[in-house]
Amino acid sequence: MTSRGFSPTGIRFENIEKRYGGLAALRRIRFEITPGECVALAGRNGSGKTTLLRIAAGLVRPSSGELTFPSVTGAAAGAASRTPNTAAVRMKASAGFVAHATMVYDELTAEENLLLFARLQGTPNAAERMEKLLHEVGLYERRSSLVRTFSRGMRQRVAIARALLHEPSILLLDEPSTGLDPQGVGWLAATLRQLRDTGHTILMSLHGESEISMLATRAIRLDAGLIVADTRTGAEVRSILTFADA
Amino acid sequence: MSLLSSTTVLLGKELRTEFRSRELLTTTVVFILMVIVLFSFTFDPTYSESRRFGPGLLWLAFLFAASLMLQPCFLREQNNDTLSALRLSVSDPFAIFLAKLVANTLFLLFTEVLMLPVFAILYNVPVLPVLGQLLLVFFLGSLGVSIAGTALSAISAQARMRELLLPLLLLPLLTPVLVASTQVTVGLLDVSPFMEWKGLGFLVTFDVVFLTVLWLFGEYLLEE
Repeated sequence: MTSRGFSPTGIRFENIEKRYGGLAALRRIRFEITPGECVALAGRNGSGKTTLLRIAAGLVRPSSGELTFPSVTGAAAGAASRTPNTAAVRMKASAGFVAHATMVYDELTAEENLLLFARLQGTPNAAERMEKLLHEVGLYERRSSLVRTFSRGMRQRVAIARALLHEPSILLLDEPSTGLDPQGVGWLAATLRQLRDTGHTILMSLHGESEISMLATRAIRLDAGLIVADTRTGAEVRSILTFADA
Repeated sequence: MSLLSSTTVLLGKELRTEFRSRELLTTTVVFILMVIVLFSFTFDPTYSESRRFGPGLLWLAFLFAASLMLQPCFLREQNNDTLSALRLSVSDPFAIFLAKLVANTLFLLFTEVLMLPVFAILYNVPVLPVLGQLLLVFFLGSLGVSIAGTALSAISAQARMRELLLPLLLLPLLTPVLVASTQVTVGLLDVSPFMEWKGLGFLVTFDVVFLTVLWLFGEYLLEE
């Protein structure tokens, strides 16, 4: 899974607020993730984890505040416009996002899905990269099967492969172990460990403690859109993740 | 990746998924066929009535069928949040619209061409002498319907009561296209066929204006 070569990238959230009508989904979110850090977001359902990840991915525009990627010059979270925002484009190229939904087409095969996204992202040697990832996620034998015939766990593996296609330096993962069996969780933990150890920045939302949460070097707990705990201390990280649902 | 390359890749995906399921094409063809056959049996139009009212009926059938066909355009991108994956993958979001509107235009044109002989037989209207001009009107009309329909489909997919919203927004907006396309088609199916250049010019203007608006502001329609 390791990259051919990438520039480590961090993420800086500067007073991010997100409101949906009268509801404040995120309030005064301010923290920085240094390049190579593995950060776990914890919190109850509706605490703002998914919104924060979607803002980081560039899918949701914050109501106020700014999101910057220190090694990407310019304002990445710029407004939508016909003027090409090169920083936003480079930010997209730096990040891989695994959402709660699989983000792949049920009517296409695993191979077609990965080739589609690889070509859209301009991945060099798309076919080669697709084959390599299918081997790594253990779906090479089923590459010609329609995704709709896959189990939830297999779909999640395709989703993870899709996020890794362009060899991103930042990984944004929204409950990535959803649907995976214990073997799949073990595979994902090993993959993420390898990515973390090679300097990739990881921001992921988790529910409870698992093999994956053990990788976190920092934990942030959200409650009603506010950061209520942020720690890099090993025992406290475990504690935040264990009692995330409390 | 350039706009053209992204659009080509996405168009390939649109065509592949449709020809694999044939959901949209089947629905559209059956709908248009039913309208044409039912009207023919109900009113049993004379030769002159067919030439006068047939084009309007044909375009109404196309328009209603299009509103059915355009509904799932963005709706099915929501099933697995694939729209987000597309937004993250393309450098220019206009490519998403462009691929969808080209696919929709092709699907509409395909069904129109398929239904034209049925219309010609049931309504006793000779279409072969003006086939080229008719195809031009079909293309310009379908393009207009697809441009506006694709944009509105992106809006309605995020709304509540989405099944109702698209036809409610689409049909009034496309009334000028319906009128212009019908006028041009009436002229072409006349005893002495002629090209209604004013109507044709209107269709070209409508397509250019709406395509430009979509190019300028389409990105906002995809935002959450």
